Amino acid sequence: MIAQILQLDGHSSTVAVGAAFPILSLIVFSPWVGAALLAVFRGVAPSVSRTLALIFSLGPLALGLIALNAFNPALVAPQFVESHLWITALNVHYHLGLDGLSLVLVLLTGIITPVALLASWRVDHCPRMFGVLFLLIEGAALGVFLALDFFHWFVFWELSLVPAFFLIKLWGGPGASRAAYQFVIYTIGGSAFMLLGFAALYVATGTLDFTQLAQLAADGTIGAKLAALGGIWPKAVFVGVFLGLAVKVPLWPFHTWLPSAYAEAPVGGSMFLTGVMSKMGVYGFLRILWPIFPAQLHAATPCLLGLALAGVVLGAYAAMKQTDLKRMVAYSSVNHLSYCLLALFAVSYATGRPGLHAEAATAALSGTILQMFNHGLSAAALFCCVGVLESRAGGKRGLNDFGGVRTAAPIFAGLCGISLFSSLGLPGLNGFVGEFLIFRGVFGLHAGAAAIACFGLLATAIFLLTFWQRVFHGPRAGAAADGKFSDLSGIELAPLLPLVALMFVLGVWPQLLAGLINPLVTSWAGHLVLP
Amino acid sequence: MTGLAVQNLWLIPALPLVAAAIGALTPRTGRSLAAGAAIAAMGVSFLLSCGALVTALAHPAAHAVSNFAWFDLGASAFRLGWLLDPLTAFMCVMVTFVGTLIFIFSLGYMHEDVNAKQFFCFLSLFASAMLGVVVANSLLLLFVSWELVGLASYLLIGFWFHKPEAAAAAKKAFITTRIGDLGLLLGMLWLYDSTGSLLFFDGGNGVLEANTLGALTAHTALGGFALSTVIGLLIFCGAVGKSGQFPLHVWLPDAMEGPTPVSALIHAATMVAAGVFLIARVYPLMSADQALAHTALHALTVVAFIGAITALMGALIAVAQNDIKRVLAFSTVSQLGYMMLAIGVGSWVAAIFHLLTHAFFKALLFLGAGSVIHAAHHEQDIRSLGGLSKKMKVTFATFAIGMMALAGVPFLFSGFWSKEGILHAAHEWDVSHLPLYAGLAAVVLTAFYMTRLVAETFFGKARSHASDHAHESPATMTLPLVILAICAIALGFLGTPAFPWLQAKLLGEAEVHGHSLLEGAGLMMLSIVLVALGLGAGWALYGRKLRQKSTSPDPLAAAFPGVIAFLAARMKFDELYAATVFKLNSAAATFADVLDRFVWDGVIRFLARLGEFAGIVNREADEDGLNAGFDAGSKSLRGTGNAYSRAQTGDAHGYLRVIAIGFVVLVLVVMMGGGR
Amino acid sequence: MSPLQLCLLFSSALFCIGLIGALARSNTILVLLGIELMLNAANINFIAFWRFSPSPSPATGVLFVIFSIAVAAAEAAVGLALVIAVYRHQKNIRLQEAARLKG
Repeated sequence: MIAQILQLDGHSSTVAVGAAFPILSLIVFSPWVGAALLAVFRGVAPSVSRTLALIFSLGPLALGLIALNAFNPALVAPQFVESHLWITALNVHYHLGLDGLSLVLVLLTGIITPVALLASWRVDHCPRMFGVLFLLIEGAALGVFLALDFFHWFVFWELSLVPAFFLIKLWGGPGASRAAYQFVIYTIGGSAFMLLGFAALYVATGTLDFTQLAQLAADGTIGAKLAALGGIWPKAVFVGVFLGLAVKVPLWPFHTWLPSAYAEAPVGGSMFLTGVMSKMGVYGFLRILWPIFPAQLHAATPCLLGLALAGVVLGAYAAMKQTDLKRMVAYSSVNHLSYCLLALFAVSYATGRPGLHAEAATAALSGTILQMFNHGLSAAALFCCVGVLESRAGGKRGLNDFGGVRTAAPIFAGLCGISLFSSLGLPGLNGFVGEFLIFRGVFGLHAGAAAIACFGLLATAIFLLTFWQRVFHGPRAGAAADGKFSDLSGIELAPLLPLVALMFVLGVWPQLLAGLINPLVTSWAGHLVLP
Repeated sequence: MTGLAVQNLWLIPALPLVAAAIGALTPRTGRSLAAGAAIAAMGVSFLLSCGALVTALAHPAAHAVSNFAWFDLGASAFRLGWLLDPLTAFMCVMVTFVGTLIFIFSLGYMHEDVNAKQFFCFLSLFASAMLGVVVANSLLLLFVSWELVGLASYLLIGFWFHKPEAAAAAKKAFITTRIGDLGLLLGMLWLYDSTGSLLFFDGGNGVLEANTLGALTAHTALGGFALSTVIGLLIFCGAVGKSGQFPLHVWLPDAMEGPTPVSALIHAATMVAAGVFLIARVYPLMSADQALAHTALHALTVVAFIGAITALMGALIAVAQNDIKRVLAFSTVSQLGYMMLAIGVGSWVAAIFHLLTHAFFKALLFLGAGSVIHAAHHEQDIRSLGGLSKKMKVTFATFAIGMMALAGVPFLFSGFWSKEGILHAAHEWDVSHLPLYAGLAAVVLTAFYMTRLVAETFFGKARSHASDHAHESPATMTLPLVILAICAIALGFLGTPAFPWLQAKLLGEAEVHGHSLLEGAGLMMLSIVLVALGLGAGWALYGRKLRQKSTSPDPLAAAFPGVIAFLAARMKFDELYAATVFKLNSAAATFADVLDRFVWDGVIRFLARLGEFAGIVNREADEDGLNAGFDAGSKSLRGTGNAYSRAQTGDAHGYLRVIAIGFVVLVLVVMMGGGR
Repeated sequence: MSPLQLCLLFSSALFCIGLIGALARSNTILVLLGIELMLNAANINFIAFWRFSPSPSPATGVLFVIFSIAVAAAEAAVGLALVIAVYRHQKNIRLQEAARLKG
């Protein structure tokens, strides 16, 4: 109904119409408006600034739901498109569009940001600036998910680093400064290569528009033009773009910045980093690397499959060895995101090979997108739980600093347990469907990879249950030894409850998400040909 | 009585799930609400199951299904469904009936526990998941419920989570069964990949229907095996984990750390039976390769041998256990081996018959043990019990019935008939007779250790303060025992060779064809003799000369100290796994960690150092090259400035003088130049 | 000798007296007096050149002089203020001692 009032119509606005309601711009910039307001009003009380930040962070969720209402899942092309010529000399367009993949991630961002802000409600050190930075980073992430032109896509991509840097450095733990520098320099180092790659691509093709580039790639133009550059350039361009994305995801072995960054960031920061920012990399793989460099990606997949498998298996095993709970959850993120890449690489690997099952590719790609959303929920919830533990134990969050928490705080134990089991892919909770589809797809495309990845499943179960057993079971010990370890308060329940509720809903009814992405994914899987 | 249509079959698992949700959402004080909801839901589910049984028996050969789309996938949708056939219906009735009794028993047993509300919540969740396994018409839905069964058993085994042993046992159970589940997952993926469906029955396109099976056997997978063999064996891995088969049986005895009703529910009636049920369910797939002459291995052969090994091993270890629940646990392992053996030799109906009878008498035994433990203030060591036969008459009588059913005392008890069916089937098997011999050996051992258990627990004099002050349990606990004891006798007559009604219905035959009892009389006589031998040996060693003190030595251990110590240590399986699997696992973890910490982080550090070095080089070049030039330039400028500033003396007269002289000079110059 | 020459001789004399006074005296006030004398010599020159020019416009010379006298008055005021400031600082007004503004 709201959509009708706003005259939103996903189908007809696929052509750029200036008069159409610019809902996507609104989604991207509404948090920034909030950030500007918060930045201007210096004297507001902490509680007011927290509430304001929360309200503005909910804006994209509300707008995203409106867009969802008007969204037509059957269409494959981007909807609600806004395209305006921006820089004439460079042929740069301000080009936004929303398809199933973007929509899922916009909704994820819309959910995770307010939840992360709620989880950071107790941040006492300058809550106003905290809110400003959070709204900035939310807008940047949304921009990445909606931009269809490399120019401002890259601006959003890099802009997301700045607030993240300050969030980690100023509100983080004792090693935060080092972790923040490492995170930013590592990621910028990666994106520098990507920028170079795109510069070369621009020189070769004269456009930076993703849809145009994908079309050019599909008919072989890009391949021919890059080949005309000669030498190592065709490969170097691909490697450059690949590096930028691989660091962001991160793909094993480019992941070493992740554990310390996630561990040192404040709770809300960790939730956002793992819930949303890690998805930016996977999104880049799906939106940029795979459509624009299909042949190069296909050629690299034997090696890349190995890296993704290493991420799945070694990420999980490394998590087993961690004693810092945040680092453990961080490594589980490496493991979970590697499943997404494993599925994509398997699809690319099988492209053009005899006996490719389009069904398997569909399953793998659906699984990837579902896994992105589901991992966002469960990893954010886990970081939130570790944050609660940390706040009870005066900053300690070691595996051995607790014991018998379930006796002291049964409600907390229950919610944390649900998050843990969601993370290890228990059927009936959200994590399972995505993982099952990924395994089903990967098995059909490269059975050996699926078999090896099973070790990741086992190791995940082992370390998550170890977490649960050490912290929650046994006699009360460590920080939970005395009676002061209280159960969750209302404000601590607020971020966990929506996440846990979504875990149940999506676990039982995956159609909610699958219905949004299925036509898109089916069409992707239907066009698996190499130029 | 009207039947329950397959479309409404979902109600059977849904009701306990609702009860679990009620239990989860009520506060801790609402224990009677949670318990009431759980028992009511289970009772209604039982009535619905009876309705389902009526429906199923009306057309025993039909597989009534109700499939529905779960979510869109590609051009079609991913579908799940319910299935109603006699196998489902019998399992539903058994699970809900035994479940209801166990729930009622728990009312008394968990009376004093503060977390009783949670207990009923988990029990309901468990029952719901188990019923989900039973009614599923899709391997995926079965897997989903299967994993939820694992979760619920994890929660229940670890119910007394403040005890570290319970927490560890729960984790061990979950991880060990998950190892098997990964095999099941791979099998499921492979099946889905090669058939495009996971529905069991789907109007000719299901994976258990003839077209699909034909296609599966026609393909060859790894090493020359038929595809159906490989997939079947992978699925069997799941059953091995869940049903505590060798070599993944290690979790089952540890799981005795849970409350005793849990042991009854998990280790008797349901969870461990799920594996047997799974293999019985996918029996058409497992046996699809039987027709192939050229294959090196039939899937069922592996099942039979694993079952035989488990049956014998479980019985052997049970002989040397002293904990009343652990004896029963290993006897469960052994009996599950029997069931697998039956499926392996091709008689899945014998397996299901034994599963049903075993569910009743083993639940009876566990609940009886629970009654003893409850009365004896959680004393579980049989050497410290004793003399309870007079103090707990109902418990003793019912326990004895269960013991005789398990031991296979002839004719009156159900265990005899179901075990007989298995031995008969093993005798008929034409591949090998080794499983039969293993089964016969286990018959002797079973009779022996059960005699020992009863003699030590109930006879003689009380050997501890706790057993001295024991008294009969309340009616909520004894009533289920009595009902189960009646079933443990009566159930056998559903499937005697003379009138194998149950077998006929399971196989979908409309009429029951009885055999003369004389047909297999030789084997039956042999097993009766063996049971008598076991009972006699047990009585000779433990019953004739009753134990006097809890510390007095075991007569068998005195005779064979090495063997009994080895068996008491459960054949050292835990030690073996600790030395191999666990070591390997932690080595892998260390490897991954070291790789990250030193190798990859080292590379990054090296790159950072490289950047830092470039920065240093840059700085030096700047300071010595560029900056030096600038410095020299600005120094000379400053010198000039200094020189000029000396003219600035501050002496006003001096300035005036200079001005005057300058003026005079200017005038002179102008005059001299201006003249021209 | 023309009247203009007489006037110029007078003003030159006056200028020299002023210059010598400014250079020779050490009392700052006397130096200022000398400077005033030199200024007035210049003023006389202005008037003289205006008076004896071939076609004197009505106001030019007088205007210059009035302007110059106004500036001289301001200058004298500032100079005397400086003198007072110097006196406060060093308790005398000897020009030689007020040499602290050297570069």
